[in-house]
Amino acid sequence: MKHVDEYRDEGAATRLLEAIRRRVTRPWTIMEICGGQTHTLIQAGIDRLLPEAITLVHGPGCPVCVTPVEMIDRAVTLARRPGIVMTSFGDMLRVPGTLGDLFSAKAAGGDVRMVYSPLDALALARRMPDREVVFFAVGFETTAPANAMAVWRAKQEGVRNFTILCSHVLVPPAMEAILSDPDVRVQAFLAAGHVCTVMGYHEYEPIAASHRIPIVVTGFEPVDLLQGIGMAVDALEDGRHGVLNQYRRVVTRAGNVPAQRLLMEVFEVRDRPWRGIGTIPRSGYGLTPAFAGFDAERRFDVTSVHAEESPDCIAGEVLRGRKKPHECAAFGTACTPEHPLGAPMVSAEGACAAYHRYGRRAAEAAT
Amino acid sequence: MTDTVPSFRSLSCPVPVAGGPTVTLAHGGGGRMSKALVDRVFLPAFRNDALAVLHDGAILPAPRGRLAFTTDSYVVRPIFFPGGDIGSLAVHGTVNDLAMCGARPLALSVGFLLEEGFPLADLDRVVRSMRDAARAAGVPIVTGDTKVVDRGKGDGVYVNTTGIGEVPDGVDISPLRARLGDRILVSGSIALHGIAILSVREGLAFSTTIESDSAALHGLVADVLAAGGTGVHVLRDPTRGGVSSATNEIAESAGVGMVLDERAIPIREEVRGACEILGLDPLYVANEGKAIAIVAPEVADAVLAAMRAHPLGREAAVIGEVTAGPAGRVTMRSRVGGTRIVDMMSGEQLPRIC
Repeated sequence: MKHVDEYRDEGAATRLLEAIRRRVTRPWTIMEICGGQTHTLIQAGIDRLLPEAITLVHGPGCPVCVTPVEMIDRAVTLARRPGIVMTSFGDMLRVPGTLGDLFSAKAAGGDVRMVYSPLDALALARRMPDREVVFFAVGFETTAPANAMAVWRAKQEGVRNFTILCSHVLVPPAMEAILSDPDVRVQAFLAAGHVCTVMGYHEYEPIAASHRIPIVVTGFEPVDLLQGIGMAVDALEDGRHGVLNQYRRVVTRAGNVPAQRLLMEVFEVRDRPWRGIGTIPRSGYGLTPAFAGFDAERRFDVTSVHAEESPDCIAGEVLRGRKKPHECAAFGTACTPEHPLGAPMVSAEGACAAYHRYGRRAAEAAT
Repeated sequence: MTDTVPSFRSLSCPVPVAGGPTVTLAHGGGGRMSKALVDRVFLPAFRNDALAVLHDGAILPAPRGRLAFTTDSYVVRPIFFPGGDIGSLAVHGTVNDLAMCGARPLALSVGFLLEEGFPLADLDRVVRSMRDAARAAGVPIVTGDTKVVDRGKGDGVYVNTTGIGEVPDGVDISPLRARLGDRILVSGSIALHGIAILSVREGLAFSTTIESDSAALHGLVADVLAAGGTGVHVLRDPTRGGVSSATNEIAESAGVGMVLDERAIPIREEVRGACEILGLDPLYVANEGKAIAIVAPEVADAVLAAMRAHPLGREAAVIGEVTAGPAGRVTMRSRVGGTRIVDMMSGEQLPRIC
């Protein structure tokens, strides 16, 4: 398959691995931000092919994982109300809140539907004018433009029975939060290529400069990741900092400017709570006053729904890169993909799910 | 008087059943309407000597040796999809379950659960598709049943088929027989059925030429058994849960390990593309016309050649090997040379967010 196979080529991967092995002179800790990258690393077995001196820690870049438990409870509360059609991306349906997950709300009689695009949810609202269609808008800068477009179009077309439950988060403030943690051990970042496709990478330049670290904008295929890791190692060994772009075939410094304009019109930056991490200042999006009529939390008054995390889940430690999934006492025992305690065990992009699915179990990790 | 009643049984193409264009509760009530449905829809399609008697059950000659006996229910949505429908699938699925026991299929039963309001034209299409699939497979449908449930208590149509088959002497197919050193073969490119279904699901309809691989595999299995003899140890059709579930189940039953080679697994470009876009792993996507065969190494070449010589097995490949263990663990060598565990799927595969 064109544009895929060349980035999964064993010869290219082997050459990049050799180059990394030759270059490394001491231990380095690198965090990949995005959960999609975590999965590729584990699925392709790259973490095991790298020299021992390189430690990969998995970042908070799984939108499902960082959605606060009380937002999930609000979604479940809405889904149980008669007259409401709750729509969501697939992997959000199985994330447990304290009131259960959206699948269980569906089983209890709620109208919960999986959609592949927020525009499909808007189309549903047009088709069902007597129902209130709510879309669970989660994700990073990657999913935000499509969600903004759905709201923008709903306003243009005067669709009044469409709202979003907005839980959007932003990458740069999370990186700042990780770097200002006194226990932090991250020496370089692989930035999430698809987020940068939308936002460009100029906003990472001040972070790289003030913390004097390399940040490599990286793609999602095995060869992309090996190249990104190689560029990070080169910079670390040379003592260089700054933003580098491995994912040039997609990402430019400025990013997708029309998409950014739409985001500015529909969303405003707000403080956001992150699951397992806590509130990070100016780390997410809410709807601007002009679009406030499309805010499900306002229309249906669910802000009184509050919830606390399971005390057994160490998702926060995992998402900040302090612990590996299999270092959790509940991993693979009390917490499994069938009965997840926390979101990282649910999502296809969650670090715990990746470890569980591809067999990075505690016993094995020791070998 | 009775002489003037036309015999609808002689028609091969059923005419609409009195009472309107949709299924009503009366069609399942056991009275005139039920009889009309049987006479005008089911009998003309499935006509055979055992069924024509309309007894409470079919009476069949008994084979001498061992019987294989299996049942499966079909709830696929949408009921019509590229490459098949719920009717042909219900025939192929049960024929294949018999074939995977090493059996020669002898007869099928069919049960329909119909929802009040289901269009009779659709029922007719499903029934004719079952007829065609059963004829092509050479397996008669010898007994059946229909029930109608209230509107809202079903989802149009559900189909159950049960099958019996004869296991020839000397054939011993069982998941317990997978042994160290056995080769793992798959009869063709994987993940076609699941992707074909997804391509026509509401909200996802994408344009593709991918068709379901739904097919009856007993002919291919007969050729495999002829070529491999007692060296054929395990057969399995990797339906729900795909190749990963099938291999995991066998590895667990037999207490062996398995190693698969990602590059050897046949996957068509368009299926790989669809899986990439949807964020699905083709190893977990359903197949309805593929067999996995686990065979002794000395017959692997002969079995592979037999598969490839069959029209349904042209893309067959050796995809891995049975290892000593750890018991129940399936691993895969990735394209870039790493290894990973191929786990069983948890719940349904959910398309990922971005």
